[in-house]
Parts: sequence; structure tokens; C-alpha cells
Amino acid sequence: MSIYVNQQTKLVVQGITGSTAKFHTKLMKEYGTNIVAGVTPGKGGETVEGVPVFNTMTDAVKKTGANASVIYVPAGVAADAILEAAEANVDLIICITEHIPIGDMIKVKRYLENKDTVLIGPNCPGVITPDQCKIGIMPGYIHKKGHIGVVSRSGTLTYEAVHQLSELGMGQSTAVGIGGDPVNGTSFIDVLKQFNEDPDTHGVIMIGEIGGTQEEEAARWIEENMKKPVAGFISGVTAPAGKRMGHAGAIISGGKGTAAEKINVMKASGIAVADTPSTMGETLVNLMEDLGKPSEQQKRE
Amino acid sequence: MNIHEYQGKELFRTYEIPVPRGHVAFSIDEAVSIAKELDSGVVVVKAQIHAGGRGKAGGVKIANSIDEVRTYAKELLGKTLVTHQTAEEGQVIQRLLVEEGVDIQKEYYVGFVLNRDTGRVSLMASTEGGMDIEEVAENTPEKILYEEIDPLVGLTAFQGRRMAFGLGLGKKGVKQAVELFQKLYKLYQDSDASIIEINPFIITSEEKLIALDAKLNFDDNALYRQERIRGYRDESEEDPKELEAGKYDLSYIALEGNIGCMVNGAGLAMATMDIIKHYGGSPANFLDVGGSATTENVSNAFKILLSDKNVKGVFVNIFGGIMKCDVIAAGIVEALETIEMNVPLVVRLEGTNVEKGREILENSSAKVISAVSMDDGAKKIVEVTKQGC
Repeated sequence: MSIYVNQQTKLVVQGITGSTAKFHTKLMKEYGTNIVAGVTPGKGGETVEGVPVFNTMTDAVKKTGANASVIYVPAGVAADAILEAAEANVDLIICITEHIPIGDMIKVKRYLENKDTVLIGPNCPGVITPDQCKIGIMPGYIHKKGHIGVVSRSGTLTYEAVHQLSELGMGQSTAVGIGGDPVNGTSFIDVLKQFNEDPDTHGVIMIGEIGGTQEEEAARWIEENMKKPVAGFISGVTAPAGKRMGHAGAIISGGKGTAAEKINVMKASGIAVADTPSTMGETLVNLMEDLGKPSEQQKRE
Repeated sequence: MNIHEYQGKELFRTYEIPVPRGHVAFSIDEAVSIAKELDSGVVVVKAQIHAGGRGKAGGVKIANSIDEVRTYAKELLGKTLVTHQTAEEGQVIQRLLVEEGVDIQKEYYVGFVLNRDTGRVSLMASTEGGMDIEEVAENTPEKILYEEIDPLVGLTAFQGRRMAFGLGLGKKGVKQAVELFQKLYKLYQDSDASIIEINPFIITSEEKLIALDAKLNFDDNALYRQERIRGYRDESEEDPKELEAGKYDLSYIALEGNIGCMVNGAGLAMATMDIIKHYGGSPANFLDVGGSATTENVSNAFKILLSDKNVKGVFVNIFGGIMKCDVIAAGIVEALETIEMNVPLVVRLEGTNVEKGREILENSSAKVISAVSMDDGAKKIVEVTKQGC
């Protein structure tokens, strides 16, 4: 088991003829992801890395039975690409694109309220279920099949956590990057609910950062509902207030959204918070050992 | 992106949102001639800088004569204003807004902001105008009213009325307020604003509503389609290194420390600052090179880092995903060919194309201390920069 993506995932790459998309289409295919179609308006009939290209999402889904899409198009047209995928009724949309105007995302989020389609991102690294399906831009080789779920607002910190887990001999069930934008699709709680119900996930690492209150809400949800141990990390302890730290959503404003506050709430909710970004894996392993969960057995697997 | 109050009021005028008569002045003579033209008994001279708290810091003056306008303009222009929102060193006043004084019956607060919890824009208003709204939210949260706006229908008239009655406005005031709220929301939408705040927004004794202030902030991601807003940019209000970095699509923020950081990804870049601090060092900057940086951008990033005189060492921490390690390595090598590097350099590479990246660094003449992990790199850079002091 896993969440969101697996061997049954049939993927469309939106914007497949762009250079970044081409490069990652190749890497995703090499990893074993089943890419059935690409979409670039005006390039229908071409092929990229052996993948047929269509002019519209409607065509791509109709002809190939695709059930998921990944978006690599430029920021100015990305919101339209999300709407196009949602209208074509794929189950899952993963939007990698960074710098989408917030006003566009507000409309997209409202449109998706009446749809069953799940949006992950934007401004995210994607989702990977090791040895089954990799959708996005994460380096495949650091992942290892196993039982730890990872969810994060930061792409590179997801890699960092996965890498640490793999080095400790702890594989991952699924790693999900939810993205660093203030208005996004899937939230921490949405992903945690999935991990909670997934029998193959035995523990979770949740990585947050300054800005907003998503982590606090997730922590309260964990305290009340989560059946599995959770370790966490928050970046931005040293970030100055009022400055946007790279991610559009990473800003301390009006004294709200500080790392200290998030860490306090997380600790109070029973989450083991790592002191440094280099001990995220270790913190989870220690927590699971303390709780007598079968982490030792997993290590031997 | 921030703009000045007078520019915000220009936008308000375009949307027929009432503001006092007035004009921007860049010199004392200009201030005086604007005041003469206004020909109002009381003239307000307001320092224009990109920070709030100007009133408390002495940046807003009430003049009762043309001579007083001259005196205040002379006092303010060129003066450094330090408010609770500026950096410690403050901001030099280069522009003044000279406008007519108005008769204030009561002050209110009105704001449009993004509610991140719902992914929608909220209209906020309060009877506690003229106060620091964050303090009001902290001490008397019941005095702030909210209306959540559905993006499909916009701010409706009934929401505007509910808000206006909630503020205790009379019949005449309610009608004006509803129009004003809807015009402001239209401006917010049309201009890709991320914040519009009017504090205070006032009612006169003739029951006329006027925006006495205008604080506007815009979504950087949407500036490409906002020509008029782009034209309002005042680069003198921004950090020169941050501006330079922006030209190369780099996200850079200057800090006080002595360890220069170059990282990919915002989360990892913040975490790198945090871990440096954890081991007793102090980061000189936040720098996210992003996912699509070219070798040239990386090379420029390196030059910007080294232009900070406080930097005693540089830590490059890369976990390639969309960013490829070989691009970073080539950028470092290119930068070191053109500039002299007199401080130690610690590099940690992992992720996409890591082997190619390591090879490029090994085959170059660059003096690099390599690190096997972020932890290792952080310890090494803190150690070598301490030795240097």
C-alpha cells in the first residue's frame, strides 16, 4: 500500500515539450512511472521520450485513460493547466510550477471545492512511492521502499529527510511535497489522514516552516486522531520577521507564524521535533523505539 | 512589492475612492507650492517611506501656515526615519505627501488581506481606527469584523452592508461604505494586491467617508501582468544586494552574520541558516538559487555573497532535485575564475547529477572543503570561520 500514487497510476505530463518537463519525463520513466501521455497545445501528434503528445487534456485522457497529471508549465498559464486537468476529471493533479499568482490560485481552489480531484502543490517537488511511481522532480535514487510517510512544505527538506531515513535503513511508504505557497491544494491534515489509514505506513515525518498556521492545525489534529508516531521539523528559527523567505508562504507577519510557536504547539501535541534538519530521521527512529514500534525489525528488512 | 502612500492614493482616485486633495513633493519648494495650491487652512506633511508607524516616529506633521509647511518639509526631507517597521538604521525620507487637512469625526480601520486558512480574501474592519491593528487583534479581537469573500461572486452588497452596520455607521455612511468596500475589492483583484489597508479611514462631520491613509502591497508573482504597479517601484527603498539578486532570479535576504550561504530550495535555505546558528555560527544571508538557475546565475549569486564585507566563509549546501548539481559546480568554478576568493568555502552536494557535480569541482583549481552531509558542512564552516577571526 501507499498513498496517492502507485503502479496503477497512469500519468499525463502537462507541458511535456518544455526542457524541464522533458528532462524529468525521462527520469520518471527510468524510475518506472507509467507515463501514458503528454499535453502541449499545438504540439499534438509529436512524441517526447516515446510518449505521445496531445493538444488538450480532454484528448489525452480520452485516448489513454490517464488518471493523474503532473504540471510543468510556466507560472502565468499554470492555473489554467490545473483547471484543464480538473475538468478532464483526473483523480490527482500534481503541480510543480513555482511563482503562480496568488489571485489565480484563489480561483483554482474555489473551483476544486466542487470536484473530487485532488491537487497537490503548486510549488512542490511532487509525490513518490518508492519502487512504484515517482511523479515530480525529486531525485529517485535516495528513496527506499519501506514504511515511513514523509510530508513537507519544502522540496529540498523532503529529500533531506528521505535521505536520512534511507541511510538509517528506514524505507518510505510515500513522500509527499505539499508545496510552499500560501494558497495550495492538499494540506498537511489531508496527507496525515491518508497516512493514518494506510496500513503500510508505520510512522510519519512532517516538515513545516514559518508562515501561516497549517502546522499548528495539523499538530492539533495529530493529537486527537493520529494512531502513528510523528516526528517533525520546522525551518526558519533564524528567519527575520516580515521577510518572505523564498517561498511565497514563508513569512512571519504580525507576530504570527513563527517557528518557535509552531514548535511549541507540535511538542505539546506529542510530536517529536528534531533540533536540527540533520536529525529528522534519527528523531523518528528514536521515537519509534521509545514507543516499541517495530523499527528495529524494519531496519533488518 | 510595496508602494508609497501617495501612489496608493493615486490608485484610489482611479477607482473613485475618496482621498484628501494632495500631491507628492520631492523638494521643499515643491511642498510649498503644493500647499499654496491646496489653499486649505490646515496642511498635512507626510513622510513617504515603505514602512508603517510613521506617525509615532514623527514623520507626519500638521502645518497651520505656508511657513510651517516650509519648516516641516525642510525638517523631514533627507532625515532618517526609524519606525517599528523599518530596519534599525531606518529609512531616508526622499518624498513627502502634502495634502489638505480634513475634519475627522471618527476613525476606522479597513483592510483586505488573504486568509491563508480558507484560501480566500477577507474584508476586515474595526471601529478602532488609527491604532496598531495587530494590537487591536491581540487585546480586543471582538472589535475586528470580518467578511470572507467568495472569489466567484466577489464582495456582495449585503456583506458590505453587514460590515457597515457592524461599524455603527448611519444611513448615509452605510451607502458610501458599501460602494467603497466594493471599489476597494475591485482594485485588490485588478491589481493583484496582497494587502490593502486604510488606517485610518474616516468619517467627517458631514458624514463623508475618506481614506486618510493607503498601505498597499502586491503579489510579486503577478507583477509581470501589472505594468502600472511595476512603474511604482521605488528601488531606493530596497536593499541593493537583494535588488541585484532579483535581477538573476535569486531569492536573497541580507542578515547580520558572517557565514555566506548558497542553497537550493527555500526550506533547505532556512534550515541551513538554522543549523549554522545551532552550531554557534551566524548566517550572513538567506539565498535560494531556485530550481531553474543557470551557471551564470549561480556565478552571480556567488559574487553577491562575496560582496558582503562581513562574510568570513561560504557554505554551499545543495540537494539537487530540479536543480542539477553540475550546474551549481560549474557556476562556482566560473565565479572563482573571475573573482578572488580569500575566505574558506565548504561545499556539500547531493541529489540530481551529484557525480557530475563532484567531478567538476575535483577537476578545477578551486580550493574546496567538501562535506558529506549538511551536518558535516555546518560544523566545518562554523569551525573554519571561527579560526579566521
